[in-house]
Amino acid sequence: MVAHPVPRDWSDVFLTADGSRATVDDAAAEPEGRRGFFRRLRENMSKTRQALGAEIQATLFETLDEETWERLEEALIMADVGARTTAKVVAQLEMDAESGDLEGGEALTRRLTELLADLARPGEGHIDLRPEPTVIMVAGVNGTGKTTTIGKLAWHLHRELGRTVVLGAADTYRAAAVEQLTEWAARAGCEIVTGPPGSDPGSVAFEAVRQGRERGADVIIVDTAGRLHTQDDLMAELAKVRRVIAKQLPDAPHETLLTVDATTGQNGLRQAQLFSETVPVDGIVLTKLDGTAKGGIALAIAGELGIPVKLIGIGEALEDLRPFDADDFASALLAP
Amino acid sequence: MFDSLSEKLQATLADVRAHGTLTEDDIAKAMREIRLALLEADVNFKVVKSFTATVKERCLGADVVGALNPGQQVVKIVNEELAALMGGASMGLTFSPRPPTVVLMAGLQGSGKTTATAKLARWLKAEHGSSVALAACDVYRPAAVDQLRTVGAQVGADVYEQGTDRDPVDIARWALDQAKMAGKDVLIVDTSGRLHVDEKLMAELVDIRRAVKPTNVLLVVDAMTGQDAVNVAEQFSQAVDFDGVIMSKLDGDARGGAALSVKAVTGKPILFASVGEKLDQFERFHPDRMAQRILGMGDVLSLIEKAEKQYDEDEAKALERKLRRNEFTLEDFLNQLRQIRKMGPLTNLLGMMPGLAGQQLKNMKVDERELDRVQAIILSMTPEERRHPELIKGSRRLRIAKGSGTSVQHVNQLVKQFDTMRKVMRQLGKGKMPDLGALMRQGR
Repeated sequence: MVAHPVPRDWSDVFLTADGSRATVDDAAAEPEGRRGFFRRLRENMSKTRQALGAEIQATLFETLDEETWERLEEALIMADVGARTTAKVVAQLEMDAESGDLEGGEALTRRLTELLADLARPGEGHIDLRPEPTVIMVAGVNGTGKTTTIGKLAWHLHRELGRTVVLGAADTYRAAAVEQLTEWAARAGCEIVTGPPGSDPGSVAFEAVRQGRERGADVIIVDTAGRLHTQDDLMAELAKVRRVIAKQLPDAPHETLLTVDATTGQNGLRQAQLFSETVPVDGIVLTKLDGTAKGGIALAIAGELGIPVKLIGIGEALEDLRPFDADDFASALLAP
Repeated sequence: MFDSLSEKLQATLADVRAHGTLTEDDIAKAMREIRLALLEADVNFKVVKSFTATVKERCLGADVVGALNPGQQVVKIVNEELAALMGGASMGLTFSPRPPTVVLMAGLQGSGKTTATAKLARWLKAEHGSSVALAACDVYRPAAVDQLRTVGAQVGADVYEQGTDRDPVDIARWALDQAKMAGKDVLIVDTSGRLHVDEKLMAELVDIRRAVKPTNVLLVVDAMTGQDAVNVAEQFSQAVDFDGVIMSKLDGDARGGAALSVKAVTGKPILFASVGEKLDQFERFHPDRMAQRILGMGDVLSLIEKAEKQYDEDEAKALERKLRRNEFTLEDFLNQLRQIRKMGPLTNLLGMMPGLAGQQLKNMKVDERELDRVQAIILSMTPEERRHPELIKGSRRLRIAKGSGTSVQHVNQLVKQFDTMRKVMRQLGKGKMPDLGALMRQGR
């Protein structure tokens, strides 16, 4: 099996004009950071993984009976992978096992990890920074971490890649959302375009893109208000924000990211589905992976809707936004 | 697929019903469906396991005898067990005999604490006439204090804040003194979101609890939470022994299995539900409704109840005869429409419909004004025209359009729709299940 060319590292997340991949200035710090991150991710996930991991180890290494499959199903469901995706994975694994290619529990576990990882990367996880300026729009349900994600992303683009970033505070609805983004802008060292509270989010987005272009910004990130995917009027508003951005700059937004809270259960699939019907969603930011939730719903989203996870949030600090790595994600789901 | 919870279960139970008797095999099959359905609703796996075990036992036991058919019995048992698990009647807050009553809010990041704080303040003012103050103890999230100040002003509650440089425990203690001096009835302490595994922040929450000795500690839980809800609830319960739960974002389409899990694992009641973006969209939690939301079965019962009240059996028989003979007229249609509308808004009714039809119709949005228009058009016809819609041509169309305040296009559309409907009825009469989706598309 040929692995997809997926980003494993910040340096491959962004596609840039000067060389196909962006280079990270601080190359020496990166392996350290990576180790730190994986250790952290493992530590964070280990508590809940204990049950899952122990279960899989104990069963897969023994005989493959009916009970094994059921327990495997249950284990994946406990990780919020969902019944349909779980059934798909288990059926595939069962087929592979029956064909006799897999000998022993270890091979099965490896195959299972592969299956999960493949599901988790339906496409390339790049974010293309070649358009000048690149407009990124961030949407999602209330409380999933849009503003925080934008702050961290802006910080990374500015501090690590030396890009000039302008933020557009198009969440004009929630109290103090603008102040929150303003503070992130200050931390990340970038400019921000705001409108008065209650003003039309479309006009703020328009203005942000306009001013961003005028100031020659490399990247413009537009924040939007949190909204439940079932609120038709608010979803229509989101579609309008997107249209307005395109009016200012054809082809923009170049990247639409949807934030999904890792603690979300099966409703996450509905969220991704309805958001992507409203605005084409290019990638998922799986936030709050630093808790005990495994974020298995991302597998369902990737598997059923073909939307890749591009970034993950693993904490509240500026550097706690990371590229998504499907292999690591899969083994983190399963490893003890 | 996600929403098929109630439909799936109903399909299985309908299958059981068809057998007449309930075999052990049937039960096993029904249990598997129930199990899957609950898991899809994000009810915790362990809770599901013990729940299905209980239901199975009751189904296998002496319960399934008597007048009800086995399928109905299973529905009843599941419903009862679910209601029992959710816990009886809804409860409220505890009020301190010596004000202020202190409410401490806790929860994960993004669960909706600040919004819930403001909504609870508004609710207390409206329901109990309380004077409420809010303490701004979220010093970590950028602009959280600003947010509380804004929503506090919107609901008419004083906000006690000291910026973000002081220790949240000190702020809480200071705010309590302020509330006492101001003679407030209730002080709600908003705290920053924290992970249940973050030892430092959990310790801080314990310290705040110790400092203000709250009358109520409330955990705010996002209705969309998955399997992890149990971990979160257990950890918060251990740390601060919360008294009750506020379910936030319950206005979405999540089944809210987390509510069931939290209740089952911690035994703590769900007290309030946040059901919209506006600050007054906050209500007492009704466990029985939640049971219905999770399984969607109670709705079937109430639909039957409603239909029984409104529907005359003789009329139904006459209608059926007409349908079979293809004698269904616009007059009958008008009667039907009126009878159905007596039961309440059509969208609600469609949502209550079980099985296949319910599944196909649930995403349909019914415009009640459209129905008004249909009624007006039919009422503008002569009895002869209602019985023989093929008579409606040229000048008649114009007259009907004028009489009903609509347009010729509307009249045409209705006649066409009715014709399609008759065709479907004919199929039904021949015992075929019509394709409702195709009907809708044709009707457009």
